[in-house]
Amino acid sequence: MTTGLFGEPVRRREDARLVTGRGRYLDDLGAGALAAAFVRSPHAHARILDVDVSAALDVDGLVAVYTWEDLPGRLAEPLPLLIPHPALTHGRTAYPLAREIVRHVGEPVVMVVARDRYLAEDACALIRVDYEILKPVVGVEQAAEGVNLVHDDVPGNLGAHLVQEVPSPSGVSARQAVDTAPHRLEFRLDIERSASMPLEGRGVYARWDADDQSLRVHSSTQTSTSVRMAIAAKLGLPPTKVEVIAPDVGGGFGVKIVHPWPEEVLVPWAARLLNREIKWAEDRREHFVSSAHERGQVQHVRAGFDDDGRLLGLEVTILHDHGAYTPYGIIVPIITSTQLLGPYKVGAYRVEFSSIYTNTVQVTPYRGAGRPQGVFCMERTMDKIAAYLGKDRTEVRAANFIQPGEFPYDQGLTFQDGRPLIYDSGDYPESLRMLKELIGWDDFPAAKAAAAAEGRRLGIGVGCYVEGTGVGPYEGGHVQITSDGRVHVSTGLTSQGQGHETVFAQIAATELGVPLEKVSVVTGDTRRFGYAVGTFASRAAVMSGNAIALACRKVREKALRIASEALEADPRDLEITDGVVHVAGAPSASIPLATVAVLANPLRYAFDEESRRATQFAGTADPDRPPMDEGEEPGLEGRDFYSPVRSTFASGMHAAIVETDPDTAEIRILRYAVVHDCGRLINPMIVEGQIHGGVAQGVGGALYEKMVYDEHGQLLNASFMDFLMPYATEIPRIETAHLETPSPLNPLGIKGAGEAGVIPVSAVVAAAIEDAEGLTVDRMPISPSDLWELRRGG
Amino acid sequence: MKPPPFAYHGPATLGEALGVLAEVGPDGKVLAGGQSLIPLLNMRLAAPAHLVDINRVAGLAAVEAGPDGVRVGALARHAAVERSAAAAAAQPLLRQALRLVAHPVIRNRGTVVGSLVHADPAAEMPAVLALLGGSVRLASLRGEREVGAAEFFTGPMESAVRPGELAVSSFFPALPERSGTAFHEVARRHGDYAVGGVAAAVTLDDDFRIAAAKVACVSVGPVPAVVDVTAVCGPRPAASADWDAVAAAVRDGVDPEGDIHATAGYRRHLTGVLAVRALRDAARVASRDGEAA
Ligand SMILES: Cc1cc2nc3c(=O)[nH]c(=O)nc-3n(C[C@H](O)[C@H](O)[C@H](O)COP(=O)(O)OP(=O)(O)OC[C@H]3O[C@@H](n4cnc5c(N)ncnc54)[C@H](O)[C@@H]3O)c2cc1C
Repeated sequence: MTTGLFGEPVRRREDARLVTGRGRYLDDLGAGALAAAFVRSPHAHARILDVDVSAALDVDGLVAVYTWEDLPGRLAEPLPLLIPHPALTHGRTAYPLAREIVRHVGEPVVMVVARDRYLAEDACALIRVDYEILKPVVGVEQAAEGVNLVHDDVPGNLGAHLVQEVPSPSGVSARQAVDTAPHRLEFRLDIERSASMPLEGRGVYARWDADDQSLRVHSSTQTSTSVRMAIAAKLGLPPTKVEVIAPDVGGGFGVKIVHPWPEEVLVPWAARLLNREIKWAEDRREHFVSSAHERGQVQHVRAGFDDDGRLLGLEVTILHDHGAYTPYGIIVPIITSTQLLGPYKVGAYRVEFSSIYTNTVQVTPYRGAGRPQGVFCMERTMDKIAAYLGKDRTEVRAANFIQPGEFPYDQGLTFQDGRPLIYDSGDYPESLRMLKELIGWDDFPAAKAAAAAEGRRLGIGVGCYVEGTGVGPYEGGHVQITSDGRVHVSTGLTSQGQGHETVFAQIAATELGVPLEKVSVVTGDTRRFGYAVGTFASRAAVMSGNAIALACRKVREKALRIASEALEADPRDLEITDGVVHVAGAPSASIPLATVAVLANPLRYAFDEESRRATQFAGTADPDRPPMDEGEEPGLEGRDFYSPVRSTFASGMHAAIVETDPDTAEIRILRYAVVHDCGRLINPMIVEGQIHGGVAQGVGGALYEKMVYDEHGQLLNASFMDFLMPYATEIPRIETAHLETPSPLNPLGIKGAGEAGVIPVSAVVAAAIEDAEGLTVDRMPISPSDLWELRRGG
Repeated sequence: MKPPPFAYHGPATLGEALGVLAEVGPDGKVLAGGQSLIPLLNMRLAAPAHLVDINRVAGLAAVEAGPDGVRVGALARHAAVERSAAAAAAQPLLRQALRLVAHPVIRNRGTVVGSLVHADPAAEMPAVLALLGGSVRLASLRGEREVGAAEFFTGPMESAVRPGELAVSSFFPALPERSGTAFHEVARRHGDYAVGGVAAAVTLDDDFRIAAAKVACVSVGPVPAVVDVTAVCGPRPAASADWDAVAAAVRDGVDPEGDIHATAGYRRHLTGVLAVRALRDAARVASRDGEAA
């Protein structure tokens, strides 16, 4: 490690390009392509009786119209259920175009291809679909009663049911532990739906090369490799004839890990069929009604505790609203159930969830992926215990913390990756100490009293979380040093603005001892790297970061081996500084990596000055040895993979001070403080950026965002006018402090940071409002109107 | 989210504009700043066969301030009116209200007159016009007519503009001496349409007692709700007015509905709170105005 770049707050290398409009997002590509548009169901639940396209045929520029009947082979089958689970006994997925039944407003029914998007939408407007309206199932509790069914063959609308139970060390069940505890509380919590809502919607652009019989697809996706496999399978093409590239992607936040979306198979299919380039870029209304939502849960909690506030038993029953389909399995409620435990030791724990179908947009992970709901549950529980016992809220938390000496700590549950939920490292008491100092916890009562004297209402809240990050199975990295001394890094997972170009370059520059400027990074391009899982679960830095580091170490070893021969030195005496291999302590005995790259590839043909040095008459090579030793490969490059035994567990604690208006019930966050521990920091500035973005989304979930469905299953606020994402003006300044407890699980000692910021915000804000108002806040988000109604006892 | 097909007209003079509007009648829509109309078109909630873009029509962008009040031309952007010192001097409520309309980039395009014609019950400028008893001048090939605010707003998103007519300007009267105005509102996010909002005007008598007090409230009914609270407030100095009674009177005078952002009860309550805040502010300004005079 010669350049020390790992850990430095290097400025994001991608920003200059992105903020000056030089990003290439999906809709910037394929200017001449035909456009696709979709006729989508206006009903939440209906049978398709007839599709009449005759009026649309007059639209000048119409190229093709497709319904489910037109789909061949595997394209006519339901889309894949990506993550099967034994508890998901009734998993259901949609067809790419609806077959007979539509199950939510927005489900695609007819695909139209036309010269441009305007004409395609004109044609859509002229297509008549006759529906027989069926009874819509809306609201998770109503759905759970099972009177009307979303899927005829799913009784009770119950897609999955899973119980996990960890008895106390002495074998007492959670039920019994709660029942026999000195104190007991029972309550209900509600979390509304929100959505990932990236500013760039989904989109696909496909080109068929008839001569080569191959397909090139650009998709605004979080997983290009997996989209490629899905397209190949659905269209019956060999994967080698399908390339998928994620261009610049304007945010994903989870929704773009789902794949293949109907459009991701339909657009390539039609492009091949018509032998024309076709593009579809999702518009905002489509995104609201035909992508995915998350968060919606109703939780029933029973908690038993002792005089110190220690949780002796906890029973949680969750109704999880899964929408109409389960393409991403039951990852979200599994994460809620397991990550609910946070940094705490619970005497005995039982969690049960029912995943319920409703005639609404499907539910798949959104940044946080079930954790905000779990943390809301646990942190509300902690606050209620403190209120009940009349104790400081941080004291109750501290009484339940797993202690630094107790790692690895086995929570006794099975996590989302099918592995045991074992925390690798952390220091929760220190984290809490730092947070209290940062926000001024102990001084707050005085500030609150002073404000009250002026008629102002202030409140403070705190919330803790643990986040399993960097789930497997694997990621890979490829690193190549070319004869110009440049370092080309590629990894298969994709980027949506996280700063991968910067942090992966920092890792490579540090490992190889080259200047940062020499390193370029490519992500999400199957032409460069074919094996990957995707970007989700705060895993990119942990997974690809470590894979790239391992690949770099291979390249470095090879470089030193070649250089040692050229310098006639022992490779163990060699170092690389600023892209030059030299003997430690003897800088004059040196060879640039560029030259090593030339030597690494014995040539017959010279094409420039550099390559001449590698041709057969130029060298001083030993004539009795083959030009390339056994086991060697040409080129100064290396590839490696990182596959962890299990997830690594990041953690953090947030605190907020809010002010509520006694008259208008407006809620303002005055201060927001974050202590964050994601192990070793590759780039603290980028981690802070991730936290800021996460907190902003958390504030959205706490105070603004909800999906409002009426009883007919119509989404009433499917636009940015009525679905209130906070602006910068609604986000407080965020104060951060970092704690670094390295992960013992991976070579770089890092943990994920992508989702952390969003996780505890609803819990923290609810607690602060409670503190300001002396009311119970068990339902989020909360608006001024909601608060006013609460004050009136509503 | 692409508009349905329409024929586009770009008249360069008022005469041409009125000619096209007469020709296309009910199938035509005027395009001013487009900040409300374009989204409606893109969402295919409006599908006019003809779009008459008035942005090239000469002579419509004037903002004329005089002792009687401010006349705002059809192409005067929110931002231009907001920045006009003369307009602010003649009728301060214009600037007070415009600062609450959307965001700067939208104010750079959107027009005051367009906002009046659009007649969104949550919008600020219709409330301002209603409070001040202003008017809108409508022109057609058959001539001009001036319609007072009370007749202009006929329902939610409905105004007295008839097919073939163009709103060429609006007039915001000045207030007598010793008057003050204020606009208070609560929006969910900065720049959003208000959940509740109140424009207030107060005039004091020679003894600094409230001689006239009126509010216009947004988002509490199909059109801006004007409530005259002179009788509840005066004739007393602001400091000794019974503000609780004023709030109650305003709450009685409005008829809000609940929606996804707020319950009817909250809107009614909020309107009372904001009315008192706005009236007290207006009275403070009026007494300064009185001292200066
Ligand atoms: C994100 C966003 C937030 C906003 N927030 C607010 C807000 O907080 N408060 C608020 O008041 N407004 C708000 N607006 C609306 C904005 O003020 C609009 O500009 C205004 O309502 C309409 O003005 P316009 O010039 O854009 O009209 P256009 O959109 O061009 O037209 C609106 C309607 O009026 C008609 N029309 C316009 N001018 C004339 C004319 N001279 N004669 C006859 N008919 C005419 C059009 O035919 C159309 O039906 C917001 C808009 C956006 C996009």
